[in-house]
Amino acid sequence: MIEILWFCLVAIMIAGYVILDGFDLGAGVVHLFVARTEKERQQVLASIGPVWDGNEVWLLAGGGTLYFAFPALYAAAFSGFYLALMMVLWLLILRGISIELRSHIESRLWKPFWDRVFGASSALLALLYGVALGNVVRGVPLDASGYFFLPLWTNFLPNAQAGAVDWYTLLIGLAALIALAAHGCYWVVLKTTGELQARTRAFGSKAWLGVAVFTAIITVASFQLQSNIAKEYSDRRWGYVFPLLALAGLIGMRVASGRRRDLGAFLCSCVYLAGMLTSAAFGVFPYVLPSNAAPENGLTVTNSAAASYGLYVGLWWWIPGMLLAAVYSVFVYRHFSGKVE
Amino acid sequence: MDSALAVHRLHFAFTVTYHYLFPQLTMGLALLIVILKTIALKTGDQRYHQCARFWVKIFAINFAMGVVTGIPMEFQFGTNWARFSRASGGVIGQTLAMEGVFSFFLESTFLGLLVYGEKRLSPRQHWLAAFMVFLGSWLSGFFIIATDAWMQHPVGYKLGAGDDILLDSFWGLILNPWTLWQYLHNMIAAVVTGSFVMTSVGAYYLLAGRFQEHARIFLRTGVVAGTIAVLAMLFPTGDGQGRMIAEHQPVTLAAMEGQFETESGAPIALVGQPDTDRLQLDNPLLVPRALSFLTYRRWEAEVKGLKDFPRDQWPDNIPLLYYSYHIMVGLGTLLIALALACSWFLWRGRLYGNKTLLWALMLALPFPYIATTAGWMTAELGRQPWLIYGLMRTSAGDSARVSAGNGLFTLIGFMGLYMVLGILFLFLIHREIDHGPEVQETGGAR
Repeated sequence: MIEILWFCLVAIMIAGYVILDGFDLGAGVVHLFVARTEKERQQVLASIGPVWDGNEVWLLAGGGTLYFAFPALYAAAFSGFYLALMMVLWLLILRGISIELRSHIESRLWKPFWDRVFGASSALLALLYGVALGNVVRGVPLDASGYFFLPLWTNFLPNAQAGAVDWYTLLIGLAALIALAAHGCYWVVLKTTGELQARTRAFGSKAWLGVAVFTAIITVASFQLQSNIAKEYSDRRWGYVFPLLALAGLIGMRVASGRRRDLGAFLCSCVYLAGMLTSAAFGVFPYVLPSNAAPENGLTVTNSAAASYGLYVGLWWWIPGMLLAAVYSVFVYRHFSGKVE
Repeated sequence: MDSALAVHRLHFAFTVTYHYLFPQLTMGLALLIVILKTIALKTGDQRYHQCARFWVKIFAINFAMGVVTGIPMEFQFGTNWARFSRASGGVIGQTLAMEGVFSFFLESTFLGLLVYGEKRLSPRQHWLAAFMVFLGSWLSGFFIIATDAWMQHPVGYKLGAGDDILLDSFWGLILNPWTLWQYLHNMIAAVVTGSFVMTSVGAYYLLAGRFQEHARIFLRTGVVAGTIAVLAMLFPTGDGQGRMIAEHQPVTLAAMEGQFETESGAPIALVGQPDTDRLQLDNPLLVPRALSFLTYRRWEAEVKGLKDFPRDQWPDNIPLLYYSYHIMVGLGTLLIALALACSWFLWRGRLYGNKTLLWALMLALPFPYIATTAGWMTAELGRQPWLIYGLMRTSAGDSARVSAGNGLFTLIGFMGLYMVLGILFLFLIHREIDHGPEVQETGGAR
């Protein structure tokens, strides 16, 4: 049971990361398109400036929690997705320095250069996160020792010989890119005014259409590809609450945004992302990383978890620690709330 | 040595060595910034506020570098050391996850307030932001040291099925006796780096005839803090750390000292080249009986030499281990001498006019970095051939499925990327130092 509790806690941290870093990644994806002048670009960056680093901490804290609660999963996934993860690291580095270094020098070469690095690294990260999720749903060629190694790509077909990138995982990657772009738009709309806001709002409406179309496509594709999903949902019908949550978020984004309820639209986008992630996690359960070569080699919540003493002890520091972290986050978001100047 | 293993070792060694150039400064500077801001609050002296603001800028650039080069460290436990992570994640996953939960959130929150919030916050609140950043970075240091200390001296565990190492006592892990000395030794080394960087910039300004009032504050603060810190490196922290090694890793001690023979009244080698073919120290310059005394507090105590340990227990790169240790000690001694001389002249009121000492302080900038890096190399090379001392060999811990070719690909990638980062970093730091403290803001900042 304690393993399932930690599975939920890790899922909450990953969802927290996607929702929080997601809007600043999304802002990075769209800022080259919606912000035309230097002043507007500064506004987009100012909207994420004080919070993006804290948002990224969710990835580190989530990774650390995964390492401690599910060491076998951490070891298998991180070494198996070796090349893809290293690219994620390089992109995180480039993105971090592009935000931090941009404002240091006034120059017609310096700022546009870092703006492009920021946009490209944000977009590629969003894409790669989607590809990673696609791999978890599709499964990886885990062997009996509990390890695998994936090249970046092979023949682009989602079978047992697939690399990290095939048409299915690429589809999920594109869905993630567009969903986070929309998410970023709702954030920028919330934080800005005037022309920039109007342009971002228009961009967000178009992105929403893309999100709706991709949601339908990836739902069908995922049910086709991963048989565990249909089985899990028919075994435990209460699980439909997760896809329904995603659907409600998707509709809510449209409705709230149409009525200029900017905060509502952003929150609905959060609900949509959380709904999609939990739907995928529920569909794959009890696996945390299925094997597409031999199902019995798949890593499950129980066979990849750490021993129970450590998991029980962990609750004693994790809960107060994360409550503290939540207090800091609320404080920062309140301190920097309102429109940027 | 299998070549994939060599690549994985170099991968971690390169990225962690590069990474630690930044936290060693930020952890030290965090304390010095709190000190500067405390003096500013107590005295109301605007110059101290200006100094603190200047160092916050240097801090922020270093902190950003520390963050972006730090993320790969957490990932590499899994990517390059999968078998180690899987076996030990139930134990040191605790301390690594605690670092994320307790210190990264704290640091990232209050750094934003420290860097951007001075105009919005009251002076006391801004002091609190600086203090919280200090607390966060020193907590972060604690969890990392606790992790490394467990690899040096595993405690609080039991062995499970297969290779699994299970946590048996949470407090045993947190209160590992090895952690105490290593933590103090390491954090005080960070204060040494912070102090000598501060005095180096101060000496540069005085010699260049710029920002003289601020330069004197840098020198005063840095020399006082640096002298206390560098003495504490030797005693009690260095001594405590050394005796931990003597007790728990005696073969490491023999290798560090180049002690091949078992002898009572063992000398300490100041210089010399270990010859691992003929099992002797070439061209040694020895202080008789010093090693016996320093290790066991008795001049005639017996120190066991390398020849009396089984070969498969020997650290696998004895010459590099020996030189790392001797470079650390040699530079540490040099810094002690410099700090004491500067303290004396500061006390007599003649430091600011002493060109020789100012030049020495300015040029001493790289030494604390080199000494700290050499110290970490001593710790990590000394732990070899073990990844977890006595429990798991390094050759049993790497990612078996990640080939040498894939590892080398990403190592070369990191080298290229870090070279670019290094150039950008030096460029920006040069700009900040050239720009100097904001003198014109006197009294008008708030």
